[in-house]
Amino acid sequence: MSDTPCYNLKEKDNRRALVEGMRDGIPIGLGYLAVGFSLGIAARDAGVSPGQNALMSLLCNASAGQFAGLTLIAAAGSYLGMAIITFIANARYMLMSCALSQRLNPNIAWWHRFLLAMGITDEIFAVTISRPGYINPNHAYGAFIIASPMWAMGNALGCIAGNIMPARLVSALSVALFGMFLAVIIPKARESKVIAGLIAICFAASYGAAHLPLISKLSGGTRVIILTIVLASGAAILFPHSEDISTESEALLEAEGLPGVEKNAHYKEVE
Amino acid sequence: MAHNVYIYILIMFLVSYAIRVLPLTLIRKQITNKFLQSFLYYVPFVTLAVMTFPAIIEATQSTLAGAFALVVGIIAAWFGGSLFSVAALCCTVVLISEAFLV
Repeated sequence: MSDTPCYNLKEKDNRRALVEGMRDGIPIGLGYLAVGFSLGIAARDAGVSPGQNALMSLLCNASAGQFAGLTLIAAAGSYLGMAIITFIANARYMLMSCALSQRLNPNIAWWHRFLLAMGITDEIFAVTISRPGYINPNHAYGAFIIASPMWAMGNALGCIAGNIMPARLVSALSVALFGMFLAVIIPKARESKVIAGLIAICFAASYGAAHLPLISKLSGGTRVIILTIVLASGAAILFPHSEDISTESEALLEAEGLPGVEKNAHYKEVE
Repeated sequence: MAHNVYIYILIMFLVSYAIRVLPLTLIRKQITNKFLQSFLYYVPFVTLAVMTFPAIIEATQSTLAGAFALVVGIIAAWFGGSLFSVAALCCTVVLISEAFLV
């Protein structure tokens, strides 16, 4: 057994990692502010107050997950339905968590694993994993303490200002979240014909489910659950996929062209 | 049956935190089940695609403006636009097209 790695902020390298993380957190936070604003409008429509929405944002840190949850709140769905839809909308974080576990020093103190888990979002995961060698948790903490409050603030502001904003502006901001979803899924469609075809089928099936008899009577959240299980299972059976999870996640995130990925390339290994 | 927003939030927190913390703390090896591995790989794409359409054309005042935003968003993302720039572009497209349509 080797020694437990030291991530104490008394060490200069650790302080530097924290500051660099905070710097990486600024562009992420600006994006969160805008997207959070759009989600805040959805929250207002679901009857959630600005304070409740800020609390939800601080605790969950998940755009798609919160959106799915708000859909269910708006439809007064069941608590079990909420647990299922939150699981499905956030399932990708499980993959990221798996990838991250491979990049930690095996002797890292246990509580770092619990704290790091809180900050697994698409963007923070991207800048965290872009650094070479074992992850210095201080870097992820730096990004998180800047970006997460901006996410909560954007959500609260959207909830408040959505009321006083002209309908035209609300309408425009409502699509920000969908734009972000497109930015996550489309780059992979360019690389993989299977993903491209799958997305096209998803669009068609989702449109059909929203308009066909019987299934259109179900809540939006339930339709997302059914479509996801059916379509992802179908794709998994027809096109089994196995790749090294860490390189896969990195490729996915590089394709998103996220800020901070390139400029971190020269960082020296921090261990 | 009336539902409490705080209980909804608590469930959302517990489930989303469990998803993030369990693999990081428990799983030291990669998942080997081929189906589960493939299913988890496709889940994010399917969920996000299903949530995007037709919702994007229903969120805007004009259906056509939402459709324009979808097309422009796909093109921008195809050519490597960042999360922030694609989101901002979609908003701009709706703002401009609704100035003419609504």
